[in-house]
Amino acid sequence: MTTGSIPAPTVGGWRRPVAKGAMLAAAASLWLVAYQLNRPWWDLIVYDWLGLDEGSRLGSGVHFFLYDSVKILLLLTGIIFVVTIARSYLSLERTRALLGGRREGVANLAAAGLGVATPFCSCSAVPAFIGFVAAGVPLGVTLSFLIASPLINEVAVVLLYGMFGARIAVLYVLSGLVIATLAGYVLGRVSPARWVEDFVYQTTLRGTAILPGQRLTRSDRVVMGREEVATILRKVWPYLLAGIGLGAVIHGWAPADFFTRVAGPDNPFGPLVAVAIGVPLYSNAAGILPLVEVLYAKGMAIGTVLAFMMSVVALSLPELILLRRVLKPPLLAAFVGAVATGIVATGYLFNAIL
Amino acid sequence: MFIKILGPGCANCHALERLTRDALTDLHLTAEVSNVTDYPTIAGYGVMNTPALVVDDHVVLAGRVPTAAQLRDLLTTAAA
Repeated sequence: MTTGSIPAPTVGGWRRPVAKGAMLAAAASLWLVAYQLNRPWWDLIVYDWLGLDEGSRLGSGVHFFLYDSVKILLLLTGIIFVVTIARSYLSLERTRALLGGRREGVANLAAAGLGVATPFCSCSAVPAFIGFVAAGVPLGVTLSFLIASPLINEVAVVLLYGMFGARIAVLYVLSGLVIATLAGYVLGRVSPARWVEDFVYQTTLRGTAILPGQRLTRSDRVVMGREEVATILRKVWPYLLAGIGLGAVIHGWAPADFFTRVAGPDNPFGPLVAVAIGVPLYSNAAGILPLVEVLYAKGMAIGTVLAFMMSVVALSLPELILLRRVLKPPLLAAFVGAVATGIVATGYLFNAIL
Repeated sequence: MFIKILGPGCANCHALERLTRDALTDLHLTAEVSNVTDYPTIAGYGVMNTPALVVDDHVVLAGRVPTAAQLRDLLTTAAA
C-alpha cells in the first residue's frame, strides 16, 4: 500500500482550469479594489453620513477602528491564502532532510530560513522536535528552526509592511533570522543533549516518513489556502477586534507624546521593559499589531515597539509548556534567555540606528 | 481494521476522529478506533505533524484534517 497519497477530492472543487483561473483573478481584483476603497469609503460614512467630526476623539477613534479592521482583515485574507499555497510545496519531512548532516553554523541559518518557509503549527512542536533530533539533526539547529517559526510569522511580516512600510518589515525578517540563528548556535555549544528528556533519544523512527505535499493537485492547494484563511480568521478575530479596539481608544484619547515620555528613544530601559512585559503576554501577531501601530504613533521608539512585538509572538507560555515535555528546565531556561536576550539587543540596535 | 488517531488531543485530532467514525459508518466498515496521545509513540510512527491517521499500522495521512470524501477514499483503499 502506498503511503502519503492524498486522494483527489471526488466531490466539490472546480471542474475546468479556465473557470478556476478566472475565479482566482476575479477574487484578486475584488481584493485590490476593496483595499483601495477602504479609506475613502469610511471617510464618507463616518465623517459625512454619520456627521462625526474628523478632528474629534470620537470621530477619529471610530474611523480608525472601522478602517483598521477592514484593512487588517483584507491583508490577512490575502496573505494567508498566498502563503499557504506557497508553503504547501514544502513539508517538515523535506525540511528535515535538507537539514540532516550539515555543519552547525550554516545549518542554523538554513534552519532559521526554513522555519519561516515550512508549514508548521506550534502544536506540533513536540513531535517535530523528536522527529528532527531522532533523525540526527543537531539540537542547536532544531532549536533555530523552532525559534524562527513563530518569531518570523508571515502574518506579522505582512501587517508590518502594511503599517510601517517595506523597510521595517525587511529589518524585522532579517533580525528574526539573526536571532534564531545565533540563539540556536549558542544553545548548541553548551552540550544541550544532557538537558533533553531521555525518551527523545530512545525513540526509534519505524514509520515511513510521508510527504503531505507529494500528490497535491493545484486545486487541492487552492482549497487548502481557502480553508487556512477560514481557520485563522476564526481563531484570531477576537484578538484582532480587542487589539484594534484598544488601539482606537489609545489613538483617540492618549496624548500624542504619552509614550515619548515613558518609552521614547531617550529611555535607556525601553527595550528591556518591553520584553519583560511582552514575554508573559500571549497573543498572536494579528492581535498585537494594531496595538503596536498605535504605540508607535504615540511616540514609542521603533526598536522598543519591535522588541515588544517579537517577545509577544516568539515566546509564549503554552509553547513553553509544550517544549517542557522534551527539554529539561535548564535548557528551557537557556532557550528563553537566549531568545529574550536577542530580542532586547535588536530593540537597542533599532533604537540606535533608526 | 485497527485505526489509530495520532495526536496530543488538539481540536484537529478530535475533528479527525469524528470524521473517521462518520466515514466508517458511511462505508459500512467496522474498525476499532483508538487514540494515541503520547509523544514517543506518535514520533515512533515517523509522524511530525499531527493529527495523523494510522490504519493497520500504516500511516496514511499526517498533518491535516482531510475532507470527508478524501477520508472515505483513504479508508476504502486501506480496507481493500
